Amino acid sequence: MIFAFKPVVLWTDALIFALIAAIALFVWYTIRHEHLRAPWRKVMRSTGGMMAATVLSVYVLIGILDTLHYQRALPLEKQTAEMRFAPEVLSVLDALTEPLRLKQERTFSAPFATHAHSKETMQGADGTTRRDYPRLKFGGAHLKNPQTERAADVARGVLQGIALGALIWTLASVILTGIVAAHRKTSFAGTSGALWRGELDVPWRTVLVTLGGLLLVGCSLAVLSGRYHVFGTDKVGQDVLWLTLKSIRTGLVIGTVTTLVMLPFALVLGIMAGYLKGWVDDVIQYVYTTLHSIPSVLLIAAAVLMMQVYMDTRPEIFDSVTRRADFRLLFLCIILGVTSWTSLCRLLRGEALKLRELEYVQAAQAFGVPRWKIMARHILPNVFHIVIITTVLGFSGLVLAEAVLSYVGVGVDPAMNSFGTMINAARLELAREPVVWWPLASAFVFMFLLVLSANLFADAVRDALDPRARAQVARPSFHWRRAGRQAGSGA
Amino acid sequence: MLRYVIRRILYAIPILIGVNLLTFALFFVVNTPEDMARMQLGVKRVTPEAIENWKRDRGYDKPLMLNSAAAGLAKVTDTVFWNHSARLFLLDFGKAESDGRDIRHQIATRMGPSLAIALPVFLVGMATYITFALLMALFRATYLDLSGVVLCVAAMSISGMFYIIGGQYLVSKLWNLVPISGFAGDLSAWRFMVLPVAVGLIGGFGESSRWYRTIFLEEINRDYVRTARAKGLPEGRVLFHHVLRNALIPILTGAVVAIPTLFLGSLVTESFFGIPGLGSYTIDAINSQDFTVVRSMVFLGSLLYIVGLILTDISYTIVDPRIRFE
Repeated sequence: MIFAFKPVVLWTDALIFALIAAIALFVWYTIRHEHLRAPWRKVMRSTGGMMAATVLSVYVLIGILDTLHYQRALPLEKQTAEMRFAPEVLSVLDALTEPLRLKQERTFSAPFATHAHSKETMQGADGTTRRDYPRLKFGGAHLKNPQTERAADVARGVLQGIALGALIWTLASVILTGIVAAHRKTSFAGTSGALWRGELDVPWRTVLVTLGGLLLVGCSLAVLSGRYHVFGTDKVGQDVLWLTLKSIRTGLVIGTVTTLVMLPFALVLGIMAGYLKGWVDDVIQYVYTTLHSIPSVLLIAAAVLMMQVYMDTRPEIFDSVTRRADFRLLFLCIILGVTSWTSLCRLLRGEALKLRELEYVQAAQAFGVPRWKIMARHILPNVFHIVIITTVLGFSGLVLAEAVLSYVGVGVDPAMNSFGTMINAARLELAREPVVWWPLASAFVFMFLLVLSANLFADAVRDALDPRARAQVARPSFHWRRAGRQAGSGA
Repeated sequence: MLRYVIRRILYAIPILIGVNLLTFALFFVVNTPEDMARMQLGVKRVTPEAIENWKRDRGYDKPLMLNSAAAGLAKVTDTVFWNHSARLFLLDFGKAESDGRDIRHQIATRMGPSLAIALPVFLVGMATYITFALLMALFRATYLDLSGVVLCVAAMSISGMFYIIGGQYLVSKLWNLVPISGFAGDLSAWRFMVLPVAVGLIGGFGESSRWYRTIFLEEINRDYVRTARAKGLPEGRVLFHHVLRNALIPILTGAVVAIPTLFLGSLVTESFFGIPGLGSYTIDAINSQDFTVVRSMVFLGSLLYIVGLILTDISYTIVDPRIRFE
C-alpha cells in the first residue's frame, strides 16, 4: 500500500469540526423556523453580502482542506513489520499543493523569475569563476532560453488557465441555474434569462460573476504555479504562494475558534447577570469589568509569555513542531477569547435586563417555570441575534489582531505559517536593493481580500439581523443600484 | 457632584485589586519563580544554586502570600506578593529584570515621546473623522456617501502594519522626505513625528469615520430634527446647529476614555518608528521576557483605563444635564 495514512486530529482541528457541526445544527434549526429564516433571506438578497460570501467560501474551502491532517505511512521494511508512520503531519492542502511545497529554491527570487534575485559566484565549465544570477532549480526550469521564451510561455499558461477556469465556471453556472430553476419550478432557459437580467430575488448574477473572476485568476495561478514561482520565493526559497495559502487556515482559526471558545462564557454569564440580578449580577459585572480594564494586548502578552515559560520548561509534553505550534495557536485563541468575551457579555446582560421585564417572561414566571428554563427557552433565543452579529463583526478584527500580535512576538508559533509571521519576516526586506516586495504584496492581497469580504458580509448580516437598523431609513448598504435610485429620486 | 466622584473612585479600588491579584496569579502561581529562573538562565545545564541565587537577588525566594516563619506583621509583608505586587498600588514598580533600571523613572521619561505621537493623532484625528463623517451624513444616500463608506470599509480592511510599512517605504525611502525612524528630544523632533502621526491618522480613518457617520445618521432621524426641518430651516443649519451639537455628546464622551491611555502610546507604531516611548518599552520587555516590566505595564494600563472610565462618567454629567447623580 503506497497511500496508507493515519488521520491526525489536532486540537484546533477538533474545534473546527465542532464549529462546523454547530453551524450545521444552526442552519438545520433555522431552516425549520420561518421567523429565523426571514433575516437570513435578507442577507441572501444583499449584493455586497453575497459577493463577500462567495469570496469567503473560497477561503473557507482552503481552510478546511488545510484542516484535514494525516500522517503518511512509511514504506514497509519487512512484510511482517507493523505499520509505521512518518512523524511529519500533513494536510490535504499540502498533498494538493505538493509541487509548490517541495520545489524549494535556495533563496529569494522574484515572481515569474527564472534566475535568482542576487548574484552568486559560480564556476564555469572551463574552471573560470564569475559572478552572475544563477538559474533557479525549478522556476522556469523547462525553458531553454528564458529571455526570449518566457513571455510567450506565461501567456500560454494564462490562456490555459483561463480556458480551464471558463470550463469549470460554465459547469458551475449550469448546475446553479439548474438548481434555481428546479427551486422556482420554471424552465431552465427562463431561469437563466431572469438570472442574467438580475430579476431574481437572490443576486445569483453577482455570485456567478464573482465566482468567474475568482476561477479565472485561480486557475491561471494554478497552471502557472506548476512552472514558475508566481509570487516568488522567500528568504529560504519557499514558494510565497504556498506560504500564503497555508496562512489562510491560521487566520480563519483565530477568527472563528476564538469566538467558539468564548461564546459559552459570555452567553451563560451574560444571561445570568441580566436575568438573576442581585449578587450574581454584581459578581459577574466585577469579573468582566476587571478583565476589561486590562489593556488586551498587554494581557495577551503576559499570558502568552507565561505559556511560553510553561512550554519551554516542559518540552516532553509537546513532541512535534506541529503539535507545539497547534497548542500555541489554541492557547492564543483561548486568551484572545478571554479578552474579548467581556463586551459580548455586557451586551447580553443589557438585553437580558430588558427582556426579563417583558410580559411573556413574566407570564412564564407566573406559571412557575424554573429559572434556568426561562433563561434557556425564553431569554437565550431572543438574544441570539446579538451573538451572531458580534461573532461576524468580530471576525475581521481578530484576523487583523493576529498579524499585530505575531509582530509583537506574542502571536502564533514562529514555525506556523500566518499573515503575521509573513509580514514580520518580509518587512525588513524592503530595505534591500533591489527591493524584495513580493512576500509583503502577497500577504497584503490575500489578507485584504479576506478581511474586506468578512467586513462586507458582516455588514449584510448586521443590517438583516439588527432590529434597530431596520427602522433606519437612509442606510445605503452595498446595494449599488438602490442607493443610486434613492439619489435619483431625491429621497 | 463631589460625592459622586468620590464614590466612583472608591468603586475603582476593588477593580484594581482584582487586576493586581490576576497579574500576581499569572506571573507567580501559574509559573513558579523557579520556572522563570530556568527560562532566564537557560533550560538545560543550570545548577540549583544558580536558580537559588537568581531568586534571592530578585526577592523571589520568599513565600508567595503568607510567611509563616516570620512574626507579626512581617507574616504578610515579608512575601513575594507584598514586595512585588502590592507595591504597585504606590506606583512603586521596582527594577527591570534585564538591566536593573528603575521602572518608574523609565516610565516618567518615556511618557513624553509616547504622548508626542499619540496626542496629535488623537486631536487631529477627531477633527478629521468628524468632518468627514459629517460630510457623508450631509450627502447621505447619494453616490458621494456611498463611495465614502466604501472607502472607509476598504481602509479598515487593511492591517495597520501595511500603512506603516507602506508609509516608511514611500515617504522615507523613495521620496526621502523624512527619516525612516528615530526621535529627538528637542524641537527638531517634528521631522520624526510627521510620518508616525500621518500613518496613525490614516490607520484610524476608516473605522472611526464610519462609526461617527452612524451616530450622525441616528441623530438625523430624531424628532427634533424633523421639527427643525418643518420650521423651514435650511439643511445646513439643521446639520451644523442641531445635529452636530447633539451628536458630539456621544462622540466626545466616548473619546474621553481614551485620553489617559494616550500616555501608553502605540506598541506597533512606536516600535516600527523607533520612538523611545512606553509602547516600544513594552515591546522590548516582551522580547527580552522581562516580567517585572510587563507586570508594571499591565497595572499602569489598567489604572489609566479606569481613570478614563471615571473621567467619562464625569464628562457625561457635565455635558448632558439630563443625567443626575443620586
